[in-house]
Amino acid sequence: MTQFPDLYQRDREWHPPAYAQNYKTSVTRSPRKALLSLETTPSEAAGPTFGHNDIDPLDKDLLRNYAKTGDPIGERIILHGRVLDENTRPVPNTLVEIWQANAGGRYRHKKDTYLAAIDPNFGGCGRTLTDENGCYSFRTVKPGAYPWRNWVNSWRPAHIHVSVFGTSFAQRLITQLYFEGDPLIAKCPIVNTIPDQRAINQLVAALDLNATVPLDSLAYKFDIVLRGYRSTYFENRPEGN
Amino acid sequence: MAQKLDYLKETPSQTSGPYVHIGLAPGDAGFDIYRQELGRDIAGAQAKGDRISVRGKVLDGTGTPVKDVLIEAWQADAAGTYPGCGEVAPDFRGWGRVIPDFETGEWSFDTVKPGPVAGRSGIMMAPHITLWLVARGINVGLTTRLYFADEQATNLNDPVLNLIEQDSRRKTLIAQKNGDSYRFDIHLQGDNETVFFDV
Ligand SMILES: [Fe+3]
Repeated sequence: MTQFPDLYQRDREWHPPAYAQNYKTSVTRSPRKALLSLETTPSEAAGPTFGHNDIDPLDKDLLRNYAKTGDPIGERIILHGRVLDENTRPVPNTLVEIWQANAGGRYRHKKDTYLAAIDPNFGGCGRTLTDENGCYSFRTVKPGAYPWRNWVNSWRPAHIHVSVFGTSFAQRLITQLYFEGDPLIAKCPIVNTIPDQRAINQLVAALDLNATVPLDSLAYKFDIVLRGYRSTYFENRPEGN
Repeated sequence: MAQKLDYLKETPSQTSGPYVHIGLAPGDAGFDIYRQELGRDIAGAQAKGDRISVRGKVLDGTGTPVKDVLIEAWQADAAGTYPGCGEVAPDFRGWGRVIPDFETGEWSFDTVKPGPVAGRSGIMMAPHITLWLVARGINVGLTTRLYFADEQATNLNDPVLNLIEQDSRRKTLIAQKNGDSYRFDIHLQGDNETVFFDV
């Protein structure tokens, strides 16, 4: 049987609490009893794996993966970065999935009725596997800000939703990335569910002029950190391990 | 001043929002884009084991179904092996995505019943499926486990169920057998709040 090292404890003060009064939907959807702490067992330590049979190379190109008559409208960007763990080890071959609104702030979803137009050439989702160094990249358009029903006048900053797997199912993470310099970040009740400003800064992708494609696309860099593994310096291991 | 520890901090979580299907199950958002969507089959037709189906609802603190939830299921095969931990049954993936009916909030999935799995220090855990829930209003994905009512003897010795102090709360993790299928409603709040784990 494969032995897995234990994961580092998730820092619940770095993450948003389940109940965040100013993000109104969380009020009835937040567990109120304490979470039950569980030491890592194989159910948490193992995790699904994905390969190049699961996805296509075009899946990471949001400019082209839904294009019908031409390119989508909007500011062309490269989104790239690395997936690392808390020990700064790259996480290779892991699935990264993203979804976002179009340049006008409208989602291609049957439940989104915002009046900004649907872009016939933009689906709004992409997926890729990190390479052997944990690197990933997407090509897309910068999403627009959009209004939502929280306060009467609430607007989401431009953001891209990001889903990552890692090696262990207990590393599973969904988050959102924001764009450097956006004044709406500080006003957003969802961003502000995160209590620590340093943690919020970790969600802000940096403008990366070194990764632009000159005369073509701007670039933003967004590194993702998953939970790390404990070293087992002194553990008594059963024979044969 | 001491030396600085050079660990990175885990990227903080944010809610998946109401449109999680666009990214993770675009067919359910209303459009086709990928050659294949991931997580449609936890156990393919060839996978050995007892075929079961599980259904339920996720309910908020007012008892209203959470219709925009997305659940991921993760389980061992019928012999109790996880993918990546040894050879698993052919056609068995162990992982899937589950989306409810947008009108009723009722979800269901088909799989094979997992076998018991060796836990920490080799202590056997009763058959169970790990479920991970994300939705609008859920700030960090919620982890729980589904156990089976007809595994009474193994459930009694399960080291995780036995961590739960209050007897009444243990029940929240046990799917009830209902004809050919199991019923597992998940309560985010209230008297019957499901036990969620900090794994
Ligand atoms: Fe969004």
